[in-house]
Amino acid sequence: MIAELGHAALWMAAALAVLQLGAGALGIRVGEGAGIAVLSRPAAILQGALAAFAFGALLWVFAITDLSVKLVAANSHSMKPMVFKLSGAWGNHEGSMLLWVTVMALAGALIAAVERRLPERTMQATLAAQGFVALGFYAFLLLSSNPLERLPIPAAEGQGLNPLLQDIGLAFHPPTLYFGYVGLSVAFSFAVGAMLTRSVTPDFARAMRPWVLGAWVLLTLGITAGSYWAYYELGWGGWWFWDPVENASLMPWLAATALLHSVSVLASRDALRVWTIMLGVIAFSMSMLGTFLVRSGVLTSVHAFAVDPERGSFILALLAIYIGGALLLFALRANSISEGERFSVASREGALVFNNVMLSAILAVVLLGTLYPLLTEAFDVRVSVGPPYFNPVSAIFALPMLAVMAVGPLLRWRRDSFGRISKELALIAALIVAGLIFFALFEGVAILPLMGLALAIALGVASFLPLRGRNIRRLPISVWGMIVAHFGIAVALFGMASESAFSNEKLAALEVGQSTQVGPWEVKLDSIAPVAGPNWTAIEGRMLASYKGGAPAEIAPQSRNFWAPPQQTTESVLLTRWNGQLYAVMGSEADDGRWQLRLWWKPFVTLIWYGGMLMALGGVLAIIGRVRRDLKRRSIRRKIDGRRADMEDLR
Amino acid sequence: MNWRVWIPLMLFALFLGVAAYQLTQPKDDFVASGMIGQELPYFELPPAHPENPGVTTADLKEGKPRLLNIWASWCLPCIAEAPQLEALKNQGAEIVGIAIRDDPEDVAQFLARHGNPYSRIGRDDLSEVQLSIGSSGVPETFVIDGKGIITYQHIGDIRADDVPVLLEKLREAGA
Repeated sequence: MIAELGHAALWMAAALAVLQLGAGALGIRVGEGAGIAVLSRPAAILQGALAAFAFGALLWVFAITDLSVKLVAANSHSMKPMVFKLSGAWGNHEGSMLLWVTVMALAGALIAAVERRLPERTMQATLAAQGFVALGFYAFLLLSSNPLERLPIPAAEGQGLNPLLQDIGLAFHPPTLYFGYVGLSVAFSFAVGAMLTRSVTPDFARAMRPWVLGAWVLLTLGITAGSYWAYYELGWGGWWFWDPVENASLMPWLAATALLHSVSVLASRDALRVWTIMLGVIAFSMSMLGTFLVRSGVLTSVHAFAVDPERGSFILALLAIYIGGALLLFALRANSISEGERFSVASREGALVFNNVMLSAILAVVLLGTLYPLLTEAFDVRVSVGPPYFNPVSAIFALPMLAVMAVGPLLRWRRDSFGRISKELALIAALIVAGLIFFALFEGVAILPLMGLALAIALGVASFLPLRGRNIRRLPISVWGMIVAHFGIAVALFGMASESAFSNEKLAALEVGQSTQVGPWEVKLDSIAPVAGPNWTAIEGRMLASYKGGAPAEIAPQSRNFWAPPQQTTESVLLTRWNGQLYAVMGSEADDGRWQLRLWWKPFVTLIWYGGMLMALGGVLAIIGRVRRDLKRRSIRRKIDGRRADMEDLR
Repeated sequence: MNWRVWIPLMLFALFLGVAAYQLTQPKDDFVASGMIGQELPYFELPPAHPENPGVTTADLKEGKPRLLNIWASWCLPCIAEAPQLEALKNQGAEIVGIAIRDDPEDVAQFLARHGNPYSRIGRDDLSEVQLSIGSSGVPETFVIDGKGIITYQHIGDIRADDVPVLLEKLREAGA
């Protein structure tokens, strides 16, 4: 019964999306307040409630393991712990699509309920766009992949969830990224609404900004967590592979980062109108493109999932309608949107524009590398594009961007001169030169990591320079956000460059009792023992690792064999010190009774993920700062309105 | 501005065209072995079944082309393929088996129930040989010529229509 109610709610939500679209369209034609146009906001709110109900129904059938529902029978099991029963609800294609549309509908409901800055007509156009995008996903769910479909005969037992997905990190990693993608869909709707009603104003940017910031924070966290998961779980010692699935989340992040900066310029300086609109369209396009690439199977990836050409065609059709439509609208309207306030090259805006262009260039590099195999396959040539392309080519744009990032926040808005900040410039330049010289003293550091290390030091110091000469206690929280986020980039950059410059790798074959050296570590193979788990057997190598001759620590990496399905996994061991990580992976037995062992010493590798978390923290601070300022502004306006009303009464 | 605002739309249209074309193309999801045309790597496998001897590389270099069948008793398509292996054997093919991650008792039971077309069966408990010859799953069948060179790979279970193809490949490998 619950499943049927949820299904019915989904149909009604879809009907409301149609109403939202129609009402908004009418609002654009005949102006605000006319006829059914006033229904936009209530329709959006009700649509959100119904979609949430449908998702609640899905959670419910998963929680009670209702095996008459096809999706539950295919993805769950009565004996699973509750948290994996619930995460099973979105750990599959249909459920994750329902989660997507639910979050989108709730976001629409939230805008409808609280957003009062925009002209009503633009608001209705925005909600119409939001309804239109949601409608495509409803159609997808209801016509081709209904998550609440019943089985003709209930299953006796479920088939369980893929064991790789039964990991607490993976229960939360996809929803985090999803919320990020959906936040960008809201930004997209705002951009379309503003284009339709030709009202690209600072108010529009202020309404859009929290959504972009929120989406950016979630994408940052999702990517950071995903990268760490790949690093510790897959046992190959690397943290970024430039895999299509990884790129699918990196591309929207790059676009969102550019959008984040340009929307701030539009909000506070009324400049970069066309750029902001363009990036709003691009950012969401990248989310949908990523979904398409991952779901359709057109690209072969190490972890492509839910691959199905039919679903691929459906998403491709949605892409064509939404992205194609938005780009067409952009082409038709862009010339009529004026650029807004002017500014000189040497200004905060100038630096931001430079960096936005660089970010867009990196985005183009990643996009090209990701799509290139698809393009060549059309001519029957199979290629794979990997780090040898991505690393240097993206660095060409990333390094100047990072240098300008150190300087930009020191410049004034609109018009400034580099002469005014000559002392700071000299300091940054001196730090870069000193860093280059210092790190070049180490043996065998390649040119890109060397530049990365020097820039990271300079940027790390420079991110705190905006504090100079200001009262720290009265600094707005959003400025703190910027400082923390920029510092986070410096920290992550230092981790990446250090990992690639100073990593030591050792592939050793040891007899029990022998030891080997990797970097400052001495690792002794103490014993080899077979161990057994509930559904696996493993060979465990017990070792003693001592750092620079200090007290040894015991580590025990395993090589596990699962039986059903037969699969070999490595349980690597990470030994973390303040200045890096020792990474140990157990290999197999060699012919002569020695054991293969793979060891890495990775100086400062953990900074990569600490940096990611700092960036996200900076984003959160920026949101808090903006929301507080908005609330303050609103209460002042209310006070003024109240006083005006008093004056009226006195008359 | 002016004409440049159309660039994103045009690039997107190009992408749509390529992606739509790719979606309509049949997809081969099989991981083909990179070992075709190369010599078998060295291995020595103990017997998996008391009635059949084990398998070493040397056994596969005795001048006669053979089929090398990678299978397992826990593999359902292997049951479907058993009658075709029987047919191949009856038409003169020599089939050498490698049982992957298997248990001797299960192997004996499987062979008793579905027939034993093999001249030799080796046991590969850690899939090491399987991986070294570029096989990614069970069942898979390789044609090995008399000098131990892999000349052909058949991925998945052998259907009735595949039998003449494999016999033809064996003849070619013998020539």
